[in-house]
Amino acid sequence: MRTSLALVAAAIIGAPLAAAADVAALLTQIKAVGREGAGNPQAAQAWRELAQQGSEALPAILAGLDDAHPIAANWLRCAVDTIAARELAAGRSLPAAALEAFVTDTRHAPRARRLAYEWLVRVDPTAPGRLLPGLADDPSTELRRDAVAVLIQNAEAIAAQGDKSAAVAAYRKALTSARDRDQVEAIAQALKKFDVTVDLAAHFGFITDWLLAAPFDNTNGIGFAAVYPPEKGVDVNATYVGKNGLKFGWKPTTTSDPFGKVDLNKVIGKYMGVVGYGFAAVHSPTEQRVEVRAGTKNAVKIFVNGQEVFFREEYHHGMRMDQHVAPCTLRKGRNEILIKVCQNEQKEPWAQEWEFQLRVCDAVGGAVPLRVLSEKTAAGSSEGRVMP
Amino acid sequence: MRGLLSGLTLGLVSMAVWAGDWPQFRGPGGSGVSSDSHLPIRWSSTENIAWKANLPGRGLSSPVVAKGRVFLTACSAFQQTRLHVLCFDLKDGKLLWERQFWATGNTMCHPKTNMAAPTPVTDGQRVFALFATCDLVCLDVDGNLVWYRSLTSDYPTVTNQVGMAASPVLHQDTLVLLLENAGESFAAGIDAHTGQNRWKIERKRRINWNTPLLFTKNGQTSVIFQTPDELAAFDPRTGEKRWSYAASELATIPSPAAGDGMLLVPGKELLLLRPGDSAAPELVWQSARLRPATASPTIYKNRVYVLTGAGVLNCADAQSGKVLWQERLKGPFSASPLIAGDRLYAVSEDGVTSVVQLGDEPKVLSVNPIGETILASPVPADGKLLLRSDEHLFCIGAGK
Repeated sequence: MRTSLALVAAAIIGAPLAAAADVAALLTQIKAVGREGAGNPQAAQAWRELAQQGSEALPAILAGLDDAHPIAANWLRCAVDTIAARELAAGRSLPAAALEAFVTDTRHAPRARRLAYEWLVRVDPTAPGRLLPGLADDPSTELRRDAVAVLIQNAEAIAAQGDKSAAVAAYRKALTSARDRDQVEAIAQALKKFDVTVDLAAHFGFITDWLLAAPFDNTNGIGFAAVYPPEKGVDVNATYVGKNGLKFGWKPTTTSDPFGKVDLNKVIGKYMGVVGYGFAAVHSPTEQRVEVRAGTKNAVKIFVNGQEVFFREEYHHGMRMDQHVAPCTLRKGRNEILIKVCQNEQKEPWAQEWEFQLRVCDAVGGAVPLRVLSEKTAAGSSEGRVMP
Repeated sequence: MRGLLSGLTLGLVSMAVWAGDWPQFRGPGGSGVSSDSHLPIRWSSTENIAWKANLPGRGLSSPVVAKGRVFLTACSAFQQTRLHVLCFDLKDGKLLWERQFWATGNTMCHPKTNMAAPTPVTDGQRVFALFATCDLVCLDVDGNLVWYRSLTSDYPTVTNQVGMAASPVLHQDTLVLLLENAGESFAAGIDAHTGQNRWKIERKRRINWNTPLLFTKNGQTSVIFQTPDELAAFDPRTGEKRWSYAASELATIPSPAAGDGMLLVPGKELLLLRPGDSAAPELVWQSARLRPATASPTIYKNRVYVLTGAGVLNCADAQSGKVLWQERLKGPFSASPLIAGDRLYAVSEDGVTSVVQLGDEPKVLSVNPIGETILASPVPADGKLLLRSDEHLFCIGAGK
């Protein structure tokens, strides 16, 4: 299927079919690289032959990125760059029409389209002006980012003319497409000047209503691997016995942090060497591929519908939005998201945070339609709301 | 006159390099000492600049130099997901080629560092570039890909969200990596021809940023790993341990250095060790006064030089550890100092380079601002000095 696409791409620019077939064989050889350098000698041989191709091979190599795993993708990317740079250095051009066709064909891999775009811009500086207005909702985060930057510039220009309602509309348009935090924050700040408040948590799809259960024992780090009752199935009315014999149940909490940060030190109390769980049940209107993205300074595990989808046993090395990404599938209807957040026993002032943030989004970072379900517990009720 | 020097004859250098080349972090001996006595003494952002090249992104890595070519890494894009390897002509700063790669590992790090923290290494035929994302690239000197590895694809639990920084070193045709981290912690010897593992040994799970040191004694080269509780020597070809020196609170940021046949080991105290033929080294002295901060120490002509966290340059006698003099410089310093031709070059984070004439008394010859933040260590190159900021690569010295 992908090979066919590559052949078609080569045919578009009139390359001989035999050469395209050679390229396809070389791509296959390179894509066979595996872990720990398996297949490297064969891939290196194929890469040398591939890199000697002319620019007519570029669309086929770019198409080869569509199903390439991350290791092979970097081999292929380097071939594209090597060929394109050599052609330009020799005073020859690149197949601009084919590159543009590749960029605008969203069936291709986002990163391959971005790569094609960057070489296209090198030979056709008018391409951004022509293409970016149509890329604001693109599946390539980098193409979308550039398109959103143009929308922000447009909004700024309108705002500078003093037309408030037009400026707000322009910023709102930019916000609808914006996915990167810095751009979203810039837009939100601009809108604030027009008395428009942006619900950042909703925009990004952060879950803000949680049930928390803690503290389980993490003395000497034992808790990360330990399977405490919530990992065997969440009963929101259960009572647990945790560290030092403490008894507790699920405690509802709602965070007002614009980026969905939940501070367990505040909600549960200040503990060291402990494990806390956050639980949310969400309703998905359809079965959908999503990314559960979390940030935390603590060791973390994430479970979706009882399946572990992510783990990272590292403590106090910073927290960033979307620090951890777990692709998974939500089924239609009720889904359960459980996050395990481990606090260790370090004494340094910078090692006291016990917190997390978690959102559910698509592959580009846009919030997906979900409804957080209200869960009635012995301690109260989580609010439950529609997001985004 | 340039001539091919071999590691066996040089004693400390274990790869084929040309005199004047600077093939790895802190140079041929890995200790920040150059025989180049013609480096510039005075410059500013507009004066005595041979050339200045724009960079596509940030980096803490130092340039490396071989046969008139300068190799450098950088990172760019939102969240540093784009990794660059660049090659410049030393003569005029012309960009000869650039290759980019997509980061396959986590790009989370402390704001002060970035994904282009490790310094690449070259043998004059190839350049090996490791990024903090654990993407490892080998290109020939013309920019052709020799091989590529994604170490986080290979070992998915590898993690250091402060940011990896240890640079690789090259012994003959084995590339040695020390990736001590909070996940699968290991050291490895990589076949320079294929990128495949020659050996891989488990290390303790902990964060460590310092770069291994190649140390040759009696014709035998060992790679030295410094970790908080141990200094240990390994056979770079096999990964077999040769000796171990137990210690406590050795540094995880500044790297060890070698000189005069001795090992200089930073930590809560600075240690000077005298290695035996194959047994563990013996302690010559230790000093709490000589405690380096981020910058690595240097040993040169029987004296030890250490930049402290307060920005004080300490000079001590290498035989006794006795402090001979101190000179306050304009810090703070992340870059490790360079000694060339009896002068020490200390580059502050503000991009101010103090040039100090070494001797029985220090003499500050000049204080040279470049006007940009610099965290990368300075590099000598054929009578010129290379400085790298996040925006530019500066070649300082007489014009083109």
